[in-house]
Amino acid sequence: MAETTFESTPDLLLDHDRVEQGDLQTEELLVNMGPQHPSTHGVLRIVLRTDGEMVLEAEPHIGYLHRCAEKIGESVQPYQYIPYTDRMDYIAGMNNNQAFAIAIERLCGVEVPERAKRIRVIMAELNRIASHLVALGTYGLDMGAFTPFTWCFREREMILDLFEAACGARLTYSYITVGGVHDDLPDGWVERCEEFLDFFEPKIVDYNNLLSFNHIFVKRTATVGVITAEDALAFGLTGAALRATGVRWDLRKVTPYDGYEDYDFDIPIGQDGGIDGVPRGVVTGDCWSRYYVRILEMTQSVRIMRQALKRLEEGPIEAKKVKGIKLPADEVYVEIENPRGQLGFYVQGDGSAIPARVKARGPSFCNLAITSHTCRDILLADVPAIIGSLDVVLGEVDR
Amino acid sequence: MIPEDICNLIKARFPDAIEATVLDAARPYVQIKAESLVEVATFLRDDPSLRFNLLRSISSIDLLADNKLACAYDMMHVPTENRGDLLTTTRSFALRVVTDRDDPVIPSLAGVWRAADWHEREAFDLMGIRFSDHPDLRRILCPDDWVGHPLRKDYEFPLEYHGIPATTEYGLTNPRH
Amino acid sequence: MSWIENRFEEGLIVTSLDWAINWGRSNSIWPMTFGLACCAIEMMAAGASRFDMDRFGAGAFRATPRQSDLMIVAGTVTYKMASRVKRLYNQMPEPKYVMAMGACTIGGGPYFKHGYHVVKGVDLIVPVDIYVPGCPPRPEALLEGLMRLQDKIRRQTRAKSPMTKLKKTALA
Repeated sequence: MAETTFESTPDLLLDHDRVEQGDLQTEELLVNMGPQHPSTHGVLRIVLRTDGEMVLEAEPHIGYLHRCAEKIGESVQPYQYIPYTDRMDYIAGMNNNQAFAIAIERLCGVEVPERAKRIRVIMAELNRIASHLVALGTYGLDMGAFTPFTWCFREREMILDLFEAACGARLTYSYITVGGVHDDLPDGWVERCEEFLDFFEPKIVDYNNLLSFNHIFVKRTATVGVITAEDALAFGLTGAALRATGVRWDLRKVTPYDGYEDYDFDIPIGQDGGIDGVPRGVVTGDCWSRYYVRILEMTQSVRIMRQALKRLEEGPIEAKKVKGIKLPADEVYVEIENPRGQLGFYVQGDGSAIPARVKARGPSFCNLAITSHTCRDILLADVPAIIGSLDVVLGEVDR
Repeated sequence: MIPEDICNLIKARFPDAIEATVLDAARPYVQIKAESLVEVATFLRDDPSLRFNLLRSISSIDLLADNKLACAYDMMHVPTENRGDLLTTTRSFALRVVTDRDDPVIPSLAGVWRAADWHEREAFDLMGIRFSDHPDLRRILCPDDWVGHPLRKDYEFPLEYHGIPATTEYGLTNPRH
Repeated sequence: MSWIENRFEEGLIVTSLDWAINWGRSNSIWPMTFGLACCAIEMMAAGASRFDMDRFGAGAFRATPRQSDLMIVAGTVTYKMASRVKRLYNQMPEPKYVMAMGACTIGGGPYFKHGYHVVKGVDLIVPVDIYVPGCPPRPEALLEGLMRLQDKIRRQTRAKSPMTKLKKTALA
């Protein structure tokens, strides 16, 4: 890939006075965006206070997909709740299964067999790639590029085939359960997975050539929606949105779970343009950084999976005696690294088989909270760019 | 830094704030008085040896047996100096505030961590806890004209909403409780 | 086409016209991009590379209800969303079709028992033509539903319905 250079982007943001001083007279207008809008990634509604082309204020309204996940959590047994976690963040079902399973295991002190941990890591990383592919594809759509969407979904289908071979479902897996995984991998799965990795790794270069370093795409996303590390932490941003601000923070490294400490991988972060192939004009924490962190994370996921596949050994896949387990009168709060950020489950037991309280901390919920802070005094066309770069899944925002 | 040290730091600074401590559990926490919540939270955020700069979650809990409501605050420290290096040191901590079930009021932490804004709105919506001094306390998930707070244990499921019938299995309006 | 509807008895001209119009309509169903939840991802997958809904003339996803014939209700409808669904349906031009995709839109699905905020079936809000079961339905199921909708469109006629004739004789 030839070094792509861009002269520094001129200040796109017209300051407010200039608009008023010209022959153009504008006045304030409330614009309702969503809940049915192609670039809100679901049923998000944003009320924008605009003045001409400028957005003065943006206020997200959520809850159009509130599916009572927490009430259900305290009405059914943990085993029965696993399918609902799938539907919470429906693009990364495996990771959500894993988070809830780990929460219950920590609460009950269940030890997960080694093979199950490896399978969990493989599945979680596969799903991370699948989730990032959806993020890239739809972000391309938001920015007016249709081809990346078809390319990303082509590779995603291959991952879904692998999931289907393992558990029979394409989207809502319920594969990672309390105490292990539901089924063992079918014959030949590991080889198929390795084949896929060999096929997939060069594709990342293609995505870069097609979209990441595309001049128009960089112009639309660089220096747009800059979030500083301080703001990100104050608003509780996690995941790619936090790492794009330059903080090398990943729960897989900080508080490893399911044996992530065994694997060798890097945590990519966002950085200023000009070095390491990052186009000039890019600022740490802008939309392009958030997008590119996801691209880099896919490479790392491939790395982790190769190691895990190599270390996969025969053995049991499920801990004994977990169905109908009684939850002790204790509470636990567990966070894992979901493709979108830190997904947390607070589970409180009361001695019965049904939890007394289940609370999910959706990373999308927290990431979306920064919208009204970032979407201030920007151009109207930048709003989809910012929302898309945060990569929210409304099922998890509303739960 | 183990939770006991953090607890001792709070004790030294605010001697009467702590109501109860649960330190050797899976999730250690300190229960503090509602009126000193903002001070303690600001201390936890700003103290150079603690610096809990990431509020992870606010979980509202219904303690129906004691006729109380509670809020659990989970926080975490994310190092921000040398942020380009791989960060693996962390510490986490949790607070709990218990309030009256009939008139639940807890001071808002939106001024301490801005992340608390939406979490508190959610707790208000689903559990009915009012957060004093919250900048914009409205329902966030349910519609504005929704009746009741769904996560309370004695919540009655609606039978219809704006003319749309709602049923639950066998006509029960409250499946579990 | 409304002037011709229900005016003539069934005959060569009417049936030929029916055939031509139905052929056009059934092979260019424009769905609305109306993703609500998980099913929307499968709907996207159905429109993307492998399943390619465009083979059935239904790949032109429209962002506005004013340009679309088919509303695929893909995902859970909540009470907060219900009025918006109805409004979107009312904005669509005739002839319009609704496909209920997934268990949630058919009858509440996994949220039937404990979902206080979930509408127990989108047919309580708008009339539904095709039900596609599954949680979520596979893209193949969605394509099957689409073909059944095409069958339904192909059976439409502009002729006077025999029922109106019966009613008239009954009245006389």
